Amino acid sequence: MSFLDRLFGKKASADSAKERLQLVLIHDRTNLTPAELDSLRDDLIATISRHVEIDVQAMRIGVEHDGRSQRLVADIPIKSAARRRAKKSK
Amino acid sequence: MPAQVLTITSGKGGVGKTTAVANLAVALASDGSKVVCIDGDIGLRNLDVILGLENRIVYDIVDVIEGRCRLRQAMIRDKHLPELYLIPAAQTRDKNAVSPSDMNRLIKDLRPDYDFVLIDSPAGIERGFRNAIAAADRVLVITNPEVSAVRDADRVIGILEAEEKGPAALIINRLNPTLVKNHDMLSADDVLDLLAVELIGIVPEDENVIISSNRGAPVAYDMKSRAGQAFRNIARRLKGEQVPFLDLDHKGSVWDRIQRLAGRK
Repeated sequence: MSFLDRLFGKKASADSAKERLQLVLIHDRTNLTPAELDSLRDDLIATISRHVEIDVQAMRIGVEHDGRSQRLVADIPIKSAARRRAKKSK
Repeated sequence: MPAQVLTITSGKGGVGKTTAVANLAVALASDGSKVVCIDGDIGLRNLDVILGLENRIVYDIVDVIEGRCRLRQAMIRDKHLPELYLIPAAQTRDKNAVSPSDMNRLIKDLRPDYDFVLIDSPAGIERGFRNAIAAADRVLVITNPEVSAVRDADRVIGILEAEEKGPAALIINRLNPTLVKNHDMLSADDVLDLLAVELIGIVPEDENVIISSNRGAPVAYDMKSRAGQAFRNIARRLKGEQVPFLDLDHKGSVWDRIQRLAGRK
């Protein structure tokens, strides 16, 4: 990549290649498309919400890889019961 | 000791499978090993021209399998290396003329008499690829530092895992150190990071590869060629020697990376 490209903050093409491959390999290896991941996320929210109140805005779900194995990682913050009670009584 | 059977495959076409087989065969045979290479690309025969043996073909692999000749009759002895043989692919037949069990039988016949059997797989993940990996003790996956080649390599590595073919070893071919330095090509580290397999060689892009194939004398004969050196190094690693990777970007970071990968296993 040229000096000018770098000066204007254009991303190196090798970096784009790596980032794009990281995503595409996860989908190839798991057969999970971004749309399926979204629908999985919605299902998870519905199921968990039946038992406990969660902070949907702060929830994160994604596929991470460790070597050649993939894992589904979900970070789902639970709203504190005390704060919920306080809110209700207001 | 019975032969080590190695298959070179890639998923994507045109990344250098045939070139790698020819060069590893030459490097191993130059180093005193008895080597047979098999062109597994039925219908698209090419290993013969890369080795410069195209004028000597009488019988091919399908003739052996269908009983028209004995195995030894189809083996073409190399012009320069008396311990190097080629079993050519059939040019006029389709890939269904050979089955994985045919390959197993043929390799079983070769095993006791040679040190290495190298099988050149066709591109893709169809029948020809299945034939090529059927009898392999070890599969070498070759790729280029380029998005489509890396993606296809990952697919092939996944299939090899599912088939329990043992861990694949990776050859990164046609790496251009200048492009890597300018961040315009995936580095060897990047490719290893993505594919998470063992590395067995990095071959730099080298115009001598084309010049050598024009002449039908693989670049591994050329003592001045960087690519030739890289292939000779892979051959030594296949024999169990510890050979450091060529320092292509003068950072020496690849070796560190391998050690980290190995340490995590």
